[in-house]
Amino acid sequence: MSYDRVNMEFYRGLSPGTVNILRTAKIADARKTLVSIPPKTLDSSWNMINNRFFGRRRPAPPRPIPPGQYLEDGFPVLSAGPTPPVDTATWEFTIHGPGGNGNDSGTETLGSWDWSALNALPQTELHTDLHCVTKWSKLDTDWRGVTIDTLFEDAGIARPGGFVMAFCDGGYTTNLPVEDIVDGKGLLVHTYDGEPLAPEHGGPVRLLVPHLYLWKSAKWVRGLKLMEQDSPGFWEGYGYHMYGDPWREQRYTND
Amino acid sequence: MDWQIATVESVHAESPRVKLFRLKLPAGQKFSAGQYYDIRLTAPDGYQAQRSYSISSSPEKPGVIELVIELIPGGEVSSYFHEAVVPGERIELRGPIGGHFTWTPNYIKPLLLVAGGSGIAPLMSIIRRRATLDSSPRMLLMFSVRTEHDILFRQELERMAHEDADFDLTITLTRAVPEGWTGETRRIDAQMIDTAFDAATGKTRLREAGTGTPEAAKAAPNPAGQPFGRAYICGGTGFVESIASYLLETGMDYDDIRTERFGP
Ligand SMILES: Cc1cc2nc3c(=O)[nH]c(=O)nc-3n(C[C@H](O)[C@H](O)[C@H](O)COP(=O)(O)OP(=O)(O)OC[C@H]3O[C@@H](n4cnc5c(N)ncnc54)[C@H](O)[C@@H]3O)c2cc1C
Repeated sequence: MSYDRVNMEFYRGLSPGTVNILRTAKIADARKTLVSIPPKTLDSSWNMINNRFFGRRRPAPPRPIPPGQYLEDGFPVLSAGPTPPVDTATWEFTIHGPGGNGNDSGTETLGSWDWSALNALPQTELHTDLHCVTKWSKLDTDWRGVTIDTLFEDAGIARPGGFVMAFCDGGYTTNLPVEDIVDGKGLLVHTYDGEPLAPEHGGPVRLLVPHLYLWKSAKWVRGLKLMEQDSPGFWEGYGYHMYGDPWREQRYTND
Repeated sequence: MDWQIATVESVHAESPRVKLFRLKLPAGQKFSAGQYYDIRLTAPDGYQAQRSYSISSSPEKPGVIELVIELIPGGEVSSYFHEAVVPGERIELRGPIGGHFTWTPNYIKPLLLVAGGSGIAPLMSIIRRRATLDSSPRMLLMFSVRTEHDILFRQELERMAHEDADFDLTITLTRAVPEGWTGETRRIDAQMIDTAFDAATGKTRLREAGTGTPEAAKAAPNPAGQPFGRAYICGGTGFVESIASYLLETGMDYDDIRTERFGP
């Protein structure tokens, strides 16, 4: 647990004496210590305390996880709709040039790959942690796929600036800055833990951008559209953060 | 989005595994039926846990919201709510959140709601919102629970189904079935969905045929083809996945199926 982040906010607005009581309590076993908090006026920048809450803490993570997250061993599923049936025989991934608005994909095609073309490209393995906005984090996941760098190179696309809108079977979209999907930071993945990626987790192919909340790693991805200006995708249009950095807890607009 | 502090007004054991919590909000933000709040618990040493809970009350009364919390064995936040939270306790939360799994009265086509257990929560808000309207779309709720004791909001739902000809209720018990039970008795499967669709289509035809008999109505063509404009499915992941795929098989449009998954 990254206590420092939590505590900075936690201690804000408290008197130095109270901070010391709390520091001492933190060192002692929380399960045995009850700290009485002096009454104070509440405002939204101060966290309150649930006196009888100690938490069922999982074993400490081997490394810090982002604020507000907990460790999950399973692999929960979250999507806005059903799992769409996707056939690799007709599957195609396309990169579109800028022009038009938002997820309108009716612009110039800069590159496209069918299933076998994708598999014929140089493959990259990635070992990484995942952070979902619904609060779970999953450590040490193993993926295999093709970096966005490889796609750009294969299609002879000079590294663009600006943003992309990822679009998907089922109509899902999400926006990302280009710089967050290049230099090995973004992949199209088709293999999870040595097995073909299951449909409910986005198979046959999903985008994986693990340094951002998982809604940015679009499932059933079918293409990227380059954009000069940032524009909200599906969840972003419903009040989720435009960027989604879990370490800065950017869950919702203005976080 | 700012955190705010709500006060627990009441706690009610709705079933052996589910408690209802009414929370008074300092500033009653407007919300849409189907939205949820994020709750954050803080231990005396600063340790925190956050989870999401759907609003089950109607958006008509945004100042006090109702949450439906199922006890997950060993669950960090749900067990705190079940074991420790009493009226008067202050709870930190922020919201309302979510915009896809929502319904507003602007949408007037017939609705299919499918709930598994505590997945009834956001659907209850939709049902209650609809019930406040003078003119409201036809609605079918298919509600899957383990035993008779697990039927949440039973009285309210049965009364509504009794009084409102446009609100249909199908409850199915997946484990123990009591004597005299006349509802369904298995997990919702493709066949149960088909039966519900046929019945709903019959109703649609009946309406189109005016005061026709069910037989006459059955013979009349149903131009829309689909009895429901939109479906909302909420429950555990396995439940939601299977229902969503049955609905796709009926020919329902991908975009007309909205899902909320509670558990792993
Ligand atoms: C958008 C959204 C809305 C939600 N609305 C509601 C709601 O209205 N009512 C409600 O009760 N819950 C709701 N949930 C689920 C809720 O947020 C918590 O996940 C749930 O209460 C379990 O939290 P916990 O801390 O008690 O258990 P944890 O300590 O997180 O989990 C303990 C163990 O139980 C497993 N587990 C977690 N959840 C479930 C589950 N539902 N079924 C079976 N096993 C589980 C975990 O994988 C873990 O192994 C919602 C979730 C989301 C994402």
